[in-house]
Amino acid sequence: MSELTDPTKGYLSTRMLTVQLKRFDPEKDKEPHWQEFKVEARPIDRVLDVLMKVKWDQDDTIGLRKSCGHGICGSDAMRINGQNNLACKMIVQNLKSDKITVEPILGLPVIKDLIVDMKPFFDHYKSIMPFLVNNDPAPTTERLQTPEQRERFDDGTKCILCACCTTACPPFWGNREYVGPAAIVNAHRFIFDSRDQAAGERLEILNDAEGVWRCRTVFNCTSACPRGIKVTQLISEVKRALITGVVDVPQPDEVLA
Amino acid sequence: MNTPTYHRFDTIIVGSGGAGLMAALHSGKEVGTAVVSKLYPMRSHTGAAAGGIAAALSNIEDDSWENHAYDTIKGGDFVVDQTPVEILCREAVECIYDLEHMGLPFDRTPDGRISQRRFGGHTRPVPGDSSKREPVMRSCHAADRTGHMILQTLYQQCIKQGVTFFDEYHMLDLIMVEGECRGIVAIEIATGRLHVFHAKSVMLATGGFGRMFKVTSNAFALTGDGPAIAYRHGIPVEDMEFYQFHPTGIYRLGVLLTEGCRGDGGIMFNGKGERFMETYAPNMKELASRDVCSRSIYEEVRAGRGVSGKDFVYLDIRPSTINKYKSSPIHRDGLEVDDHFIESRLSESLELSRTYLGIDPLKEPMPIQPTAHYAMGGTPTDFETRVLRNASGEIVPGLYAAGESACVSVHGANRLGTNSLVDLVVFGRRAGKAMARFAKENDFKPIPKDAAAPTKKQIESVLSKPRTEPWIRIRDELQTVMMDECGVYRTAEGLGNASKTVAKLKKRYESTGIQDKGTVFNTGLLEYLELGCLIDLAAATVASAESRKESRGAHSREDFPDRDDVKHFNHTFATKEGDLGVKIDTRAVDVIYVEKDGQKVPKYPLEVRKY
Ligand SMILES: Cc1cc2nc3c(=O)[nH]c(=O)nc-3n(C[C@H](O)[C@H](O)[C@H](O)COP(=O)(O)OP(=O)(O)OC[C@H]3O[C@@H](n4cnc5c(N)ncnc54)[C@H](O)[C@@H]3O)c2cc1C
Ligand code: SF4
Ligand code: SF4
Ligand code: FES
Repeated sequence: MSELTDPTKGYLSTRMLTVQLKRFDPEKDKEPHWQEFKVEARPIDRVLDVLMKVKWDQDDTIGLRKSCGHGICGSDAMRINGQNNLACKMIVQNLKSDKITVEPILGLPVIKDLIVDMKPFFDHYKSIMPFLVNNDPAPTTERLQTPEQRERFDDGTKCILCACCTTACPPFWGNREYVGPAAIVNAHRFIFDSRDQAAGERLEILNDAEGVWRCRTVFNCTSACPRGIKVTQLISEVKRALITGVVDVPQPDEVLA
Repeated sequence: MNTPTYHRFDTIIVGSGGAGLMAALHSGKEVGTAVVSKLYPMRSHTGAAAGGIAAALSNIEDDSWENHAYDTIKGGDFVVDQTPVEILCREAVECIYDLEHMGLPFDRTPDGRISQRRFGGHTRPVPGDSSKREPVMRSCHAADRTGHMILQTLYQQCIKQGVTFFDEYHMLDLIMVEGECRGIVAIEIATGRLHVFHAKSVMLATGGFGRMFKVTSNAFALTGDGPAIAYRHGIPVEDMEFYQFHPTGIYRLGVLLTEGCRGDGGIMFNGKGERFMETYAPNMKELASRDVCSRSIYEEVRAGRGVSGKDFVYLDIRPSTINKYKSSPIHRDGLEVDDHFIESRLSESLELSRTYLGIDPLKEPMPIQPTAHYAMGGTPTDFETRVLRNASGEIVPGLYAAGESACVSVHGANRLGTNSLVDLVVFGRRAGKAMARFAKENDFKPIPKDAAAPTKKQIESVLSKPRTEPWIRIRDELQTVMMDECGVYRTAEGLGNASKTVAKLKKRYESTGIQDKGTVFNTGLLEYLELGCLIDLAAATVASAESRKESRGAHSREDFPDRDDVKHFNHTFATKEGDLGVKIDTRAVDVIYVEKDGQKVPKYPLEVRKY
């Protein structure tokens, strides 16, 4: 391999950021309010690092969730500069300005600062039977599935239940009974799995008044998804299955032919 | 603080990663079971595991559980308990099929079976010449999101089965009476209220403690709470000196680029553009085991051959490079690697590099450095996952452990890639079954009325102290000294320094408090308490590393560069003595003997570990 330029040049330079944080402490505040912090950040710091620096160095009462630090656990969904994202998936060098505003995701009750009550979100998820149903006796080895059949539901398996999509969805803001895009994505993951036998039941659940028809195809969810899932497309496929009564899963003979 | 809320379950499982959820499914089928976890289950770090899960399915290449067992023992540099290893490798196969039946979306072979790929240290005898070994496809995978899929699938099954969860409840103490474990005390994070969980048996499945080190692939939450809290109750920690540094962490950030990158042909280069693994492991090269690769990177950096003289090297997964060196397994079938192939097999790694480095790995190599990754050590257990009270192997009735926080010792001095996920499911399942059995055979035993009193006192003491310095400085100094003096290379002098520093940090820790005095989501308080766990485990780690005067697996003593099977073919048990004192004992390695020519000989004879 020939020598390359050092890509890490400039990693140690710093830049002063102003963080506007929406604060709410249920034990002290009647209403949320904004608070401003100044903090030095490096180009490859994550916004999560910036927030933790503020918390650790300046004010440890700030409430936020975090765990993996690299976009796989779904803990730190928040509204950053008006858009839902995971704080650990945005890095400072990609910020357009030196000022960032950070507030909790919308549509779920705020508990403290950036922490919202996730229970309603998980309840919607649980309502669509998010588990494989197959009542045939299991073989002694694996159930067979072709690569094409496996690919059919791949997109939905990427979901980390971060709620970025559901809390960016205008119909959900208006009506918290709507199951929301995340639940539909997870229903899709099973409806289109060739090994599953409960597609009909799940479709019935989503055909409900608070189901898939609440979606007005605004695409907010797709642009909010930090995992790059084509959320709106998956929702459309569920709608199509409801309209046509056909769940198009590749058949093994089709594939082998 | 209000009076604690009281709960009673046959079995309490602390931790909702792969180990905890697997146990919950099995225990929950038979007895009253609840899972207590400081994170929502889907947030557990099992979800970060990328590469795969090992099992000798022979779906693509002929393989056997015996091959897997041999590799695991050799990979662990022989201080591995052989009975649990054989259990691990045999039951792995069954567990993988179980997971598939639960819905886990494994990648598939063209004929519809679970797809497998190569991973470092996993080999088989060369067909036709059993004196040599070659890499084998043993790692079952679901894209490079295998851990995420395991976590997801197990959680889904728990929902289906109606397992009881206490999400965002943080365990702060074990209830120990007369040497038995009878429950736990936890704080409900959303309210600050204390809860007493009275149980017949408790399982610790709290995961690793990589946050002890400065550069790590581990989540913020991985602070070793389970082993640390048990340690404070006089329960030892085993083999703490064996901590694995993974060679391919993203520079500075520590976030992991999966070993799958190298399994699929990725090559490491130093600053001079040399493929340095040819020197250190001529046979396996980049697929040598992790400790070997990490040390090789350190050697290159020390010799001034890091990139731009800095402390990192390159990992190159560009198709042009892989094709040039013919390093991908598909070259054997006469195929070439292209962008699409890399994109489909390693999408998560590409995404990580693009997000955190701004580097497109299809066009440029990625800067990497070793990152603190995996604790081979932890709370000692037998192969029924029962926690051991001491080096003679007596058990603590009612206490179980599995997963990264435990040490059944299947990983010895160095874990092979893809062997942790199998450990979780195999021993998680065993824990669930063992606890269910225990619950059926035993009654609830009384616990003190004020079981939560020590915890209450602990919290009140933190809240009443003034903050004399930001505790984060103490954490940073701890992580720095552990990385520098108790990391990839160790010396007596460095460890002595680490030991003194840890003691000083503990004093400073105890004298400072926090700003947040609230009850709702007081994450300041919880992070402070987590740091206390890290400090205690760091003291045990340093003392264990001082006691092992040899180099073995991940433990490299520069002052004792050789393996010493006469003095150190054993496990290290560290027990707390006083405030920061550590008592070290040793325990014999479990060795299986077989009959050969009328003589009893070890089934897995010691050999020099070369790749
Ligand atoms: C980036 C990365 C990639 C990896 N890739 C692989 C791989 O490809 N193959 C492989 O085999 N292994 C891999 N590993 C290792 C493997 O993922 C881990 O060892 C394993 O997932 C640990 O699982 P666990 O169930 O023990 O703990 P975790 O999944 O870490 O879960 C710990 C649980 O304990 C809970 N907890 C902790 N403390 C408390 C407390 N005080 N109170 C209540 N709950 C608590 C947490 O909430 C969490 O639910 C990887 C590890 C990392 C970091
Ligand atoms: S596409 Fe549908 S689900 Fe998505 S944000 Fe719009 S309305 Fe909501
Ligand atoms: S679909 Fe995307 S945005 Fe929605 S919960 Fe899943 S990962 Fe998050
Ligand atoms: S901290 Fe896990 S997704 Fe951001």
